[in-house]
Parts: sequence; C-alpha cells; structure tokens
Amino acid sequence: MLEETAGAPRGPAEGRPTEEGAKPSPSKEDYKGIWVYLEHAGGVPAPVSWELIGEARRLAKDLGAEVSAVLLGHGVHPLADEAFAYGADRVFLIESPVLRDYRTRPYARAVVGLVEKHRPEVFLLGATAQGRDLASTVATTLATGLTADCTSLDIDPETRDLRQTRPAFGGNIMATILCKNRRPQMATVRPHIMPMPERREGRRGEIVPESFGMTEDEVAAKVLRYVRKRTEGIPLEQADIVVSGGRGVGGAEGFAVIRRLADALGAAVGASRAAVANGWIGQDHQVGQTGQTVRPKLYIACGISGSIQHLAGMQSSDLIVAINKDPRAPIFEAADYGIVGDLHQVVPALAEAFERLIKEEESGAAGRAAADDGGVGEENQ
Amino acid sequence: MVCLKQVPDTTEVKIDPSTGTLVRAGVPSIVNPYDGHALEEALRLRDRFGGRVTVISMGPPQAAQALKKAVSYGADEAILLTDRAFAGSDTLATSYILTQAIRKVAEGEPVDLVLAGKMAIDGDTGQVGPGIATRLGYEQLTYVCGIESIDLEKREITVWRALGDGRELVRTRLPALLTVTDEINDIRYGSLPDQLRAARYEPITWTKDDLDLDLASCGLKGSPTTVARSFTPQARVKRQTDLIPDGMERPREAAEALAAKLFGRPTVKKAALEGRKLAAEASGGES
Repeated sequence: MLEETAGAPRGPAEGRPTEEGAKPSPSKEDYKGIWVYLEHAGGVPAPVSWELIGEARRLAKDLGAEVSAVLLGHGVHPLADEAFAYGADRVFLIESPVLRDYRTRPYARAVVGLVEKHRPEVFLLGATAQGRDLASTVATTLATGLTADCTSLDIDPETRDLRQTRPAFGGNIMATILCKNRRPQMATVRPHIMPMPERREGRRGEIVPESFGMTEDEVAAKVLRYVRKRTEGIPLEQADIVVSGGRGVGGAEGFAVIRRLADALGAAVGASRAAVANGWIGQDHQVGQTGQTVRPKLYIACGISGSIQHLAGMQSSDLIVAINKDPRAPIFEAADYGIVGDLHQVVPALAEAFERLIKEEESGAAGRAAADDGGVGEENQ
Repeated sequence: MVCLKQVPDTTEVKIDPSTGTLVRAGVPSIVNPYDGHALEEALRLRDRFGGRVTVISMGPPQAAQALKKAVSYGADEAILLTDRAFAGSDTLATSYILTQAIRKVAEGEPVDLVLAGKMAIDGDTGQVGPGIATRLGYEQLTYVCGIESIDLEKREITVWRALGDGRELVRTRLPALLTVTDEINDIRYGSLPDQLRAARYEPITWTKDDLDLDLASCGLKGSPTTVARSFTPQARVKRQTDLIPDGMERPREAAEALAAKLFGRPTVKKAALEGRKLAAEASGGES
C-alpha cells in the first residue's frame, strides 16, 4: 500500500506494535466478518449499536460471514450479553481503566490493534459524535475508506463489495460509495435509520478478551465533567409520537399550538429546517437530513411543505399525518392522513379532540379498574 | 490555522426534474458556515493571545473567493491548494494534502491550534478534520461548542464538546485540532480596513510542486472510496393518503374526524397513553 510511507499517520498509530518480521501485507481476501462498534457512554449503550447488529446480520447472510461486536470500556462486560441477545456471534472485549471515558486516542489505538489482528471485511459504527470521531481516526490510521452517514447498505453479489448509500448536498442527492481495494470497508450509519432487531434473551456467543497496553500517562486528554442536556419536554429520539411545525407555523409564538397538541399526545416537538433557521425553536428539535432522523409510531407534520431533506428524516415513521394549507405540498404524498387547512385552526381543534378522547379513555380505564377492585378506584379522579 | 471549504449553498441547490441531476449553475458558492465559526474563533483567540491566523483551503481556483472572504473577516494570510492532481480526492486524500500543507506552514512558524468546522454542508462527513489531527499527531477535539480556557505556559486547552445528550468538559495538551459547532460564537462582520485589504488581496497558491507529496496518495488515485452512482432521492413510498375533507371550511369537524381515526388505531392510543405517563414522570409527577 502506497500510503504507508507518504500518508503514514502519526497519531494513535504511533508506537503500536508492528507485525513481527516483514510479513507480506494482507490481501483483500484475508479480511473476513462484519464488525459493529458497540457504543456506550459510561456503560449506557447507544441503541444505534443494536440497530447496526441487526443490519450486520442481514449483510452477513449475503456474505456468509459472522457478526462481531467491539466492546471497549471499564466494567462493561455485561453489555456483551446484550450484544448476543441482539444477534452478535462474538464480542471482542477490551477492559481497562484507561477506557472508562471515551477519548479518541486510547479508543482509536485499541480499535486499530483489533482490526490489524483480526481483519474484518466490514466495520460499521453509529454516525454519532463518538462514532464519527472514532471512525475518522481509525480509517485514517488504517488508510482505508470510510463513508459517512449511510442510509442504506447492501452487498454487490459479484464483487462482495459493500454498497454504501448516503445523502449529500443537504439531502438533495444520494450517492452510492464503494471501497473496492482496501479493507476493512468502514461506514458510519445514522441512528434510527435501520430497524431495531428482535432481542432474544439467552442467545449466546463467544467473548474474545483482548489485552490493551496503554497506560493513563500516555493519554493527554482528561474528561473533567459531563453535563447532561436538559431538553424541554420529551426528547425526539425517544418519542413514539412526534408533532412537528414548519414554515407555516409562522413564528416562535405559533409553536404554542404545536406544543399543546404534543402535550395532549405525550409527544415530542419537532421542527423543519425552516422553523429552526428562523430561530422559532431550538436546533435540538430539528427533524431531517441536517437534523435528526426519527421513526415514531405517529408523525404529525404541521405547516411543513415536505422538502426532500425533511422527508429524509421522518419518512420511515409508521404513520404520517400532514396538515397544510397548500393542497399541492409534497408532504401529502408521503402522508397516510391529510387535512388541507389552516394549522392554526386545525391543530388546536385536534388537540381538544384528543384531550377529550384521552379523558374518556382514562376515565373508562379507571371505571374498569374501579369495577375490578370493588369501586375504590374513584379517588384517582 | 483555519481549514476552510468553499461549498455550494445547499439551501439553494435545485434538482433538474428531467435529468435528476444537481443544477449547479446559479447556485451561490459560500464559505462552509461551520468553517466560518472556526475562523471567527481563531480571530478571537488571536485578539486575546496574539499570533497570526492563516486560512487554508483546497479546491478549484474559484475557491480563492472564499479565502478572500476570510481575509475580509480579518484573517492574516490565506493559502489556496489547487492542482489537477488534487481533484477527486476523498476525505482520506484531502486530509493528506491539507496535512502536508500545514506541515509546510509549521516549518516557518509554530502551529498551536488548527480549527475547522465540524463538517462541510455539501459532503456532511466531518472526517477531514480528525484525519488531519491523526496525521499530524495533534490532540483531536471534535464538536467543540466552547473554549473554556487556554494556558499557553502549561500548553493546555480546555473545551466543551457537544455530544448527543450532553456536554463534556475536556482538557488536553497543545498542539490540538478543534472542529467546532455553530454554537461556539456569533460571526462578526469584518472591519472596513480588512474589507479593503481583502479587495486587493490574492491568496498564496500552492500546487503539487510546492508540497512534499506522494502523488499516489492524492486525488482519485489516493482515494480508497469511489462514487459508483448518484441519484435523486425519492420519497421511499408514496403513501395512499386518506384526505379528510373540508379542512378549510370546517376545521373543527375535520380535526375531530382525524382524531377519531387516529385514536381508533391501537398503536396510536397506546403510544399516546404511555407518552403522557412518561411526560408526567419526567416533569416530576405533578398532575
């Protein structure tokens, strides 16, 4: 590989043990299996890791390969059982106090060491802050290809190459990327794009413990503090129902009606890029190519025209509702239910209707409960 | 040093419906907005600590415009890396070429900090910054949303990084490479003298012959990834839309009809009831 001299990375690779002697560099065929990086923060796993194990399983069928997860940290071995439950065959595990917090240098050194030793054909990571940070460093050190933010993956049946499809130009165009001659083929994948696989309790796999020589003295970066974000209401990525507002909302005050409907439904508040760009609502709420991807059970788009870049972030939702004044707005094509109307009239009426239905449901449930335990349930009211 | 990319304004990008390709004509070129924030932060640091701000960009000759813009904001020097041999570079090759250029600058004056945007709005990868840090062996700090402190004597920098569900305060040593989010600052307009200077300014241009480069690591040849195909995204499935009538004339009736239909679906009913419970718990259980 020509990069070895010129592009020789001098980062985390520095000082890593070289292969004994002058073995011929491995060829493409020496790389086997699909790897998934098991991301966690202090032992709390990022759900995208399980989504990727599910996706890896699907690809593994076409490749006739096994699925392995890479797990680094300190006291994180219980996560290996979770990885097995979601479908991993094997977990490469490195435990070290140096790996307690995610830090680029020790994590990249550990991952590069594993890749060089075990040579996976495909290596998938979540397109999160941590996944992107790690993947970029690892791919540069290994001088291999890395495709960011993929939205679909499949295998070319003839070449066995991984076809990595991703949006570019703000979601206006899609590109399928190949990494033909280098291995592993690395890709980051957005959270919530791939479906969550079924979790099968008691499914077993093989844990491969690996050692890690790095000491704390070798790591300059120290994490001093972590502050959890206080989000207003239910976070987008966790919500089963999302109520979103766009340009048609008309202003920051206009979001009051969106919030009211969201509150009625126990939903998160989303927004289009236009609403965020106008400063009507915070960026945390943005759904779309440049915001978050969501796939809730119900997505209600209010005053959102339905640009490609917005659709990219919500079109996998189970059920989509569009409320818009313009009957030709593209959002209606993506919607299961639509109302052509003024959201400022329709949305408050919708909130009221839901509030009434939910009240009926709750009092009905309370009534049933009361009947069940002999009529003492009334004090809930 | 600030790494900067000229990008098409992706909010203005249009697709030709007949060919399904990107219409580039008439789309304005701008400085990648995140790189603008990186430049602004570099200028603020220069005003506090002294030193010089050099902006570097790889691209076609027209990218000189973006560099002139950076000078109008107050950058001291601007370097354009342009050569046919660089064309078609993926993120691995791009980070290599930029690294070799930064090394050349660092021969003349020490480079303590390299700043870049967290990603470019056309490619959306965020891979070039970390690639440069890795190659230079600099400490890598991505998604920086605030610089807490810099201690030049101890050669330390402390920053806030914006992560998915929170913020992390991290300290490391210099030299370091930072990629920044747009929360880090508000971009100021350039001063009149800087704008006048920019009008006459021509960036330094470096080609492949000005840098110590292995050409096999540049451009298409040096890029492990290739674009096999590009196409316009389609809404994955056009759905059969149940349009509730009379939304304009009788919004209340339409809303009630829709609510009844939605609430009649067990998944929606369950999601709403559970969501309300979760929201009540999160707000401290008051009802």
